[in-house]
Amino acid sequence: MAQKDLTPVHEIRPTTELKIPERFIPVPTLEPGHSFASVTDHISTIVLRKKTPIGWFVGFGFSCILMGILGVTIFRLIFVGVGIWGINHPVGWGFDIINFVWWIGIGHAGTLISAILLLLRQEWRTSINRFAEAMTLFAVAAAGLYPALHTGRPWYDYWLFPYPNTMSLWPQFRSPLMWDVFAVSTYATVSALFWYVGLIPDLATLRDRATNHAAKMIYGMGALGWRGSAKHWHRYEHAYLLLAGLSTPLVLSVHTIVSFDFAVGVIPGWHATFFPPYFVAGAVFAGFAMVLTLAIPARKFFHLEDFITMKHLENMGKVMMATGLIVFYSYVIEAFFAYYSGNVYERYMWLNRATGPYRHMYYALIVCNGLAPNLMWFKRFRTSPAMLLVTAMFANVGMWLERFVIIPTSLHRDFLPSSWGMYHGTIWDWGMYIGSMGLFLFLLFLFLRFLPMISIFEIRTMLPEAQAAHGEEH
Amino acid sequence: MSESKTIDFKEFRKRVGDLRGREYWRSLEELSRDPESFDEFFHEEFPQQAVALDKGVDRRDFMKLMGASVAMAGLAACQQPAQSLVPYVRQPENMIPGQPIFFASAMILGGYASGVLVESHTGRPTKIEGNPDHPSSLGATNAFMQASILGLYDPDRSQVVRHMGDVATWSDFIAALQPVLKNPGGIRLLTQTITSPSTGDQIQKLMAALPGLKWHQWEAVNRDNVREGARLAFGSYVHPVYHFDKANVVVSLGSDFMGSGPGHLRYARDFMNRRRVRKGVTSMNRLYAFESMPTSTGTSADHRFPVKPSEMEAIARELSSGNSSRPHIAAIARDLKANAGASIVIAGDEQPPAVHALAHAINQALGNHGTTITITQSPEVTPVNQLESLRELVTDMNAGKVQALIIIGGNPVFDTPADFKFVDAFQKVPFRAHLSHYYDETSELVHWHIPETHFLEAWGDGRAHDGTVSIQQPLIAPLYNGRHVSEVIGAMIGGLDQSPYDVVKSYWFSKGFNDLTWRKALHDGLIANSALPAAGAAAAAAPATGNSQPATGLELEIKPDPTIYDGRFANNGWLQELPKPQTKITWDNALIVSPKTAAEQHIDPGDDLVNERTSRLAEVTYRGRKMRLPVWVVPGQPDGVLTIFFGYGRKRAGKIADGVGFNTYELRDSDALHHATGVQVSGLDETYRIACTQEHQSLNVAETGGDRGIIRSATFAEYQKDPGIAVKREDVGEHDNESMWPSYDYSKQNAWGMVIDTTVCTGCNGCVIACQSENNISIVGKVEVLKEREMHWLRIDRYYRGSVENPEVYNQPVPCMQCENAPCEPVCPVGATSHSSEGLNDMTYNRCVGTRYCSNNCPYKVRRFNFFHYADYDTPALKPMRNPDVTVRTRGVMEKCTYCVQRVNEARIHAEKENRLVRDGEVTTACAQACPTEAIVFGNINDPTSRVHQLKLEPTNYGLLEELNTRPRTTYLATVRNPNPEIKA
Repeated sequence: MAQKDLTPVHEIRPTTELKIPERFIPVPTLEPGHSFASVTDHISTIVLRKKTPIGWFVGFGFSCILMGILGVTIFRLIFVGVGIWGINHPVGWGFDIINFVWWIGIGHAGTLISAILLLLRQEWRTSINRFAEAMTLFAVAAAGLYPALHTGRPWYDYWLFPYPNTMSLWPQFRSPLMWDVFAVSTYATVSALFWYVGLIPDLATLRDRATNHAAKMIYGMGALGWRGSAKHWHRYEHAYLLLAGLSTPLVLSVHTIVSFDFAVGVIPGWHATFFPPYFVAGAVFAGFAMVLTLAIPARKFFHLEDFITMKHLENMGKVMMATGLIVFYSYVIEAFFAYYSGNVYERYMWLNRATGPYRHMYYALIVCNGLAPNLMWFKRFRTSPAMLLVTAMFANVGMWLERFVIIPTSLHRDFLPSSWGMYHGTIWDWGMYIGSMGLFLFLLFLFLRFLPMISIFEIRTMLPEAQAAHGEEH
Repeated sequence: MSESKTIDFKEFRKRVGDLRGREYWRSLEELSRDPESFDEFFHEEFPQQAVALDKGVDRRDFMKLMGASVAMAGLAACQQPAQSLVPYVRQPENMIPGQPIFFASAMILGGYASGVLVESHTGRPTKIEGNPDHPSSLGATNAFMQASILGLYDPDRSQVVRHMGDVATWSDFIAALQPVLKNPGGIRLLTQTITSPSTGDQIQKLMAALPGLKWHQWEAVNRDNVREGARLAFGSYVHPVYHFDKANVVVSLGSDFMGSGPGHLRYARDFMNRRRVRKGVTSMNRLYAFESMPTSTGTSADHRFPVKPSEMEAIARELSSGNSSRPHIAAIARDLKANAGASIVIAGDEQPPAVHALAHAINQALGNHGTTITITQSPEVTPVNQLESLRELVTDMNAGKVQALIIIGGNPVFDTPADFKFVDAFQKVPFRAHLSHYYDETSELVHWHIPETHFLEAWGDGRAHDGTVSIQQPLIAPLYNGRHVSEVIGAMIGGLDQSPYDVVKSYWFSKGFNDLTWRKALHDGLIANSALPAAGAAAAAAPATGNSQPATGLELEIKPDPTIYDGRFANNGWLQELPKPQTKITWDNALIVSPKTAAEQHIDPGDDLVNERTSRLAEVTYRGRKMRLPVWVVPGQPDGVLTIFFGYGRKRAGKIADGVGFNTYELRDSDALHHATGVQVSGLDETYRIACTQEHQSLNVAETGGDRGIIRSATFAEYQKDPGIAVKREDVGEHDNESMWPSYDYSKQNAWGMVIDTTVCTGCNGCVIACQSENNISIVGKVEVLKEREMHWLRIDRYYRGSVENPEVYNQPVPCMQCENAPCEPVCPVGATSHSSEGLNDMTYNRCVGTRYCSNNCPYKVRRFNFFHYADYDTPALKPMRNPDVTVRTRGVMEKCTYCVQRVNEARIHAEKENRLVRDGEVTTACAQACPTEAIVFGNINDPTSRVHQLKLEPTNYGLLEELNTRPRTTYLATVRNPNPEIKA
């Protein structure tokens, strides 16, 4: 099927007598009319053009303002203490961990698209993988802020790493937070490597096409002496496949381990065995939603409709719906377990979600993650960028709400009614959240401007010429 | 320093002496009239010696100075008084740093003394314990006693004599006093309640020396009603002393005998000793409580009846006659009759004299006098009706008869009845002097303010509730140049050469004491057999008069605040932040109403607001005066009764107290000191944030999703049928006790454990402050409490069960459970909380990075996090107060109850040195030590003879949330109550 999709449509049309109704015409993953040169031109020009579009400056400036908010928040956080946030004594984790999990979830799409879809030979991934991988890295960077800064004494964070020291002290390997350290740092490392290795041929292209001496130097260093020899390509293909193989389990492991932060705890609403698949599905859901959120405007702005076609968007919409339904199923199962367990704490946990002071959050969550993805059943919505964007925004908000429902709503009313309380984010919580978006956008804008957002050489492999050459080889 | 510019103290003194009256100096430089030399002078560490050194120093002087510096380096904090103190319990040959010494002393509150043992570390008092030999304490302490240590070091205490607000000296005051003394007829002395025999003697001497001088007494929390009730019944101001250990049936008519008033610690112990439901116990006493706002006593009762204040007299009358249309009163009367001679009817301090007289009459009729009640002469030096005494003073002041008013303690400008308009009268007095701890509302309006010594700073004496005399030993020389009562009175008599020590000692030596008996009295903390004997008075019949018609409309009940008392402890942060019993409000007072009244008056803030620690403001209108107060709904409050606490709304008390709460004294009139009628209330459309630490938790299934088994209870009858009935749980399966982790082996160690008997816990809060004091726990302030960040390691949970009109109330102190399978331990990524070899969950503060995962995962939520830098590292005055054995925590670190591990370690080291095991009772936690009812028992559960081991074998023993398989080391004994089967709930 995948192979068939790749058949350029313009070659079929003239040879067919029948007038094929438009809806039966497969949507291409690359619009017709491109050649090797036009692909390279189109994508590398975005990076190499002298004149930076004003829109970029606006966006980049905006992200810098948000970064400023982040800076002020972090400064205050370190000098005054985590008390500036809304956390308290039943609710020890608030926006910090909500946002951590939210960002980490978003950071799942990249690796999934790059690695798993590569291994599954889903070639439609090619146009979006670079973009999604970059997004993953930036999301992980934004996520990494939180565990590093949420501690009471962040200057001692290095104690979480197992390093030899004169006190002969090791971190506690039984703690899920310890596992988190390994899971997230491994994920960040492998994602960065994967992304970078994938960039090397394109960096070489940019090096070759750059006219500016400094740009030549910088891209040249990044290209690590890539000359495009057959040996290079051979090594590259192996390295890329190996890294894809390495990344694949990480897609599942990172969010599984993040879910252990909760599942290992005794708190009703946390202590559940279905958390790992539930979290992984949620992460993929969130990741695809974020890719859509960013790709749809970027596609429009940089005129990349030829490369990121409706087929990509539609496929992402399908994945979003599938994972969204798994997530919704988890909510249903959670409620069923609460009822079926007969456990008073579990029952109350669900009752409190549905009828307690944060019930609005819960209902909003059901709307965003349970109902909104069902729009994707309809092709009309799946193929409408506007509707996709709306659904994706629902998912972005919904996944944040999900973490809110899991973390503060479970903590604020646990076992002993005497210690029950309420939780509200403060202006500094929001500052940190908005600030981390700033960091994400800041990195993203730099990426859009200075690196090819779509893999040039991989797109080129999708051209009919490449397909033909490919065919001959075999 | 050049020779020519060298100046010394003598010179300064001379220059200061040259200044007259209101000639101010703005800075010390200006004073010295030579800024340069002054700077240099004070930059030297020892200015006096600097002079000597400058002139050249010989070897001998050099050695002397060096020796002195070394010695003083270690003695910086030692300010032991010069007079000989007699250490209690352990007497090391020398003061060993790190080894505390205990001294017996006494704290006097409301005139009455409670014996204390004060822990002193190298001359610094750091902790208050009860004196086990003292009849009012029996080793227990209340929150006020525990918090007095903070009061001692309070940097806001007045530190200097002031004349019209300007800094002056004691000798200036004495000089100013002399012309006043020439006209003794115009002098008035205003004191608080005085039981001190030596001060009483001094006042007698003063009155003899200055004929015409009049002595008035006033205390806002006074016992006029008790006195007047005694006079109605017995003809004089006699004093009832109760023996609850001998009473099978107790009826409280609005009395909080276990929570406040003279001897309440003793009363709580005696009463609860009859309620310890253990194997083999076949009887239990029974308490009926009639009261308005729920108190510690009422909520511990087997039957609590919420009644309006105006109904009390009718109830007392019906109880007295035994004829009542109300079946429960008739049943109580029958129960009392069946226990004649072994019962007590006790009226509350706030009840009108008639109720007291009726109670005396009932006791008389039952033959309780002489068995459960002893009537003695009053321990007070001169018992008077304080309201009338104050009225006379105000009348005289208004009439211009008062030329000089010397106020010894108290704060009359703040706490006298509103209708007396004390301030107006006061300002007509030409010479006003005030001795007080703080430069307060009264001090502001006086000519002379003199700082008062704390009870830990000066010698004194006082009588306990039964008359037993305690000598007050100072533990430290006055920190802030305070003066004792006896010095002020001494200055008036002309006995300036007598120190407070001389006054006390010479008084008791004149009563036949010698050095030996004096030493013994100091050592014991009391004078043996000094309790007052029975007076042998017989009560008259019940008074027939009195308006016993219950009032209609809303009633106002006015009570002293349970944590800051009459306002005198307002600047004590520990007491401000102490959640008040029942309401759990901190840092505020409120308008307490019942749920029904709140709904009827449209002032109910509703659950959504209360969950957010917010209430609505209401306006109370009383006799044309309006006051805005936040509404607080309390289940069990009688309908139609508004309760307010006084003591808040201080304007001039210190950094902690100023501007906190509402000054309800403005609604307190002399004819309605405790109860008022004709009150209106209306809701305002404004919210007000109230820093309560717990909302209205109920155990109702509908509100919490099911029976959580937090509080387990049974009646005594049920218990006798099946002792385990209270703790039976059906939903705990046989595999619920399995764990992934291997068990710890404690066979060769101590295994510390705790049992808390919820039957005898009154929720008095003594343990909470004891814990705070022992463990250097920070206060966080109202704003942080509003954010739910209070730091108490031990909290008292309060739960309701049953109807909101009159629910059963349960108190449950919750320290760390020290779980065997502690959920906090495996989740810490750096291993900062770990299991000790003796089974404690240790917390390593300097390893903690502050992820707060442990707190999230604690099912009991007993862990406390330093969200900010809560500990005060900067105030020098507070540094010597802290327990040197406990780390002062920093920002970003988790902390929690340690079972007072510092005490445990000390006891273990001590025992190891003697090559033996720690004996049962050798070590106990601060909470257990403070508990008046011995509800908390701590010890080694490995020792089969220990009390805690025995208690854990009781059939009523259960673990909180034990179905989670945390295997808590702290367990509870179920609440057993003994309701009268004749009375239907």
